[in-house]
Amino acid sequence: MTSRRPTTTDDLLARTLREEAGPLVARLSRRFGDFDLAEESVQGAVVEALTSWRRDGPPQRPGAWLQVAATRNAMDGMRHRDRQRALAARADVPTTDEAGEGTDDRLALLFACCHPALAPDARLALTLRAVVGLTTPQIARAFLVHESTLAQRIVRAKRKIVSAGIALTVPPQADLTSRLADVLAVVYVMFNEGFVSSTGPAQDRDLAADAVWLADVIAASLPDEAEAWGLAALLTIQHARGRARFAEGDLVLLRDQDRGLWDHDAIAAGERLIERAASLRQPGRYQLQAAIAAVHATAASWAETDWLQISRLYEELSRHDPSPVVRLNHVVAHAQVVGPVDALARLETLAEPLAEYHLFHATRAELLTSVGRDDEAAAANRRALELTANDAERRLLTTRLHRRPLSDGS
Amino acid sequence: MKYVLMYTSRPDLAGETDTEAAQAIYKRVYEWFGENAGVMADSGAELLGVETATTVKHGSDGAVVVDGPFNEAKEVIGGFSVIDVADMDAAIAVVKSWPMLDLPGVAVEIRPMVEDYSHMEG
Repeated sequence: MTSRRPTTTDDLLARTLREEAGPLVARLSRRFGDFDLAEESVQGAVVEALTSWRRDGPPQRPGAWLQVAATRNAMDGMRHRDRQRALAARADVPTTDEAGEGTDDRLALLFACCHPALAPDARLALTLRAVVGLTTPQIARAFLVHESTLAQRIVRAKRKIVSAGIALTVPPQADLTSRLADVLAVVYVMFNEGFVSSTGPAQDRDLAADAVWLADVIAASLPDEAEAWGLAALLTIQHARGRARFAEGDLVLLRDQDRGLWDHDAIAAGERLIERAASLRQPGRYQLQAAIAAVHATAASWAETDWLQISRLYEELSRHDPSPVVRLNHVVAHAQVVGPVDALARLETLAEPLAEYHLFHATRAELLTSVGRDDEAAAANRRALELTANDAERRLLTTRLHRRPLSDGS
Repeated sequence: MKYVLMYTSRPDLAGETDTEAAQAIYKRVYEWFGENAGVMADSGAELLGVETATTVKHGSDGAVVVDGPFNEAKEVIGGFSVIDVADMDAAIAVVKSWPMLDLPGVAVEIRPMVEDYSHMEG
């Protein structure tokens, strides 16, 4: 899926860091009573690990190595702050059991990093750093933002967690579903950023894989939350198609993907996750999106896809998420059932809310071509191109201008 | 932790509230203060209208007194309280039940209070 796939060492590093970093931040926060200090110390240890482990190979007990390095950083940090504040050394640091409960710790940290009192763009950055163990440069590369901008955003969010008293706790049952929605939204964006930008500059972390992992962790930790399973299912199935999405750095549309490259075991696993979610009988947007993804992923070909089923699922989805983008996808599926003329008429009702959305114009171009209105189609394709920021999508749309248009954006 | 709650409203969005409805909401506000008496470090004050505000501000030749609030924001502060609760989530839970939030344009700003002055000590 990436033009430069992470090497095995990078992969192993990433897995180790994301397993260990989050719980360690939570443990040190409790021990030192300072989230900012704890997070900074773990980040320092992660940076040290990336250098040292790449050079010498990972140590025998990577978790212990990180803990020693992070604790040493935290002690140094404490001493530095103490001098600054001219405070007596805080010898009475409460020591809680070092083992902790890894998963609950991580979950509590995740809820704090995705707290609604934090700016939305800071939630993802902070989650990637504190919970998943990415470094600031890695995050900056993934989002194509300046390191200093990103660092500032993270610092501001961390200070707010400390100074505004945002607790590292899993919310009580009454608030759980709504707070979980904020967390799942962050993981969903994490996946999409990783999925779309995989042709970007060389990445040494696979954000999409990290998001799948995190969605699994959340579902396993909150087994009664249907949408958590729904998101895990959705991301598992989408990720299973990853290898077929790019050919030589260019986006390949669902219609043209080599279905033999899809990971059919992962797709089957995703379907089991959907069943698990459905058994809880709380439908929701991620479960519906997962169901749509599953219909695509189990179709033998584009032509043999059960479009009626997909169209119905989108209709149900638009009840949970009435956004124009969902309605656009509904039109795309509907067009396969009723034909382009009806679909075009329905599409025009979305012209205003989606005027700035490139896939609206790309879809319109596709439909216009199929009814022979070529000049209008070319104009729509040009508009789509103007509105695209992503390189791979841009190349795809450029190709379309010179060739017969293609269909969806996946 | 102590948090200051600043109760604000948008007079331009408030619309006409009939006397009966206004009385009902005041009754609920009164009850709300009763229910939350345990977390009130200082129940604060309700303020008279913004048209009664006077601002004293910096001037190059000494302080200047002017009519009106200190900024032109559409939000008007109508009062404040200080609560003492465990953390931000507890503060949010208290504020979410503020009866006035049923009215359009009403908002409550939550600000942590500076309590630790140890860094000021020599």
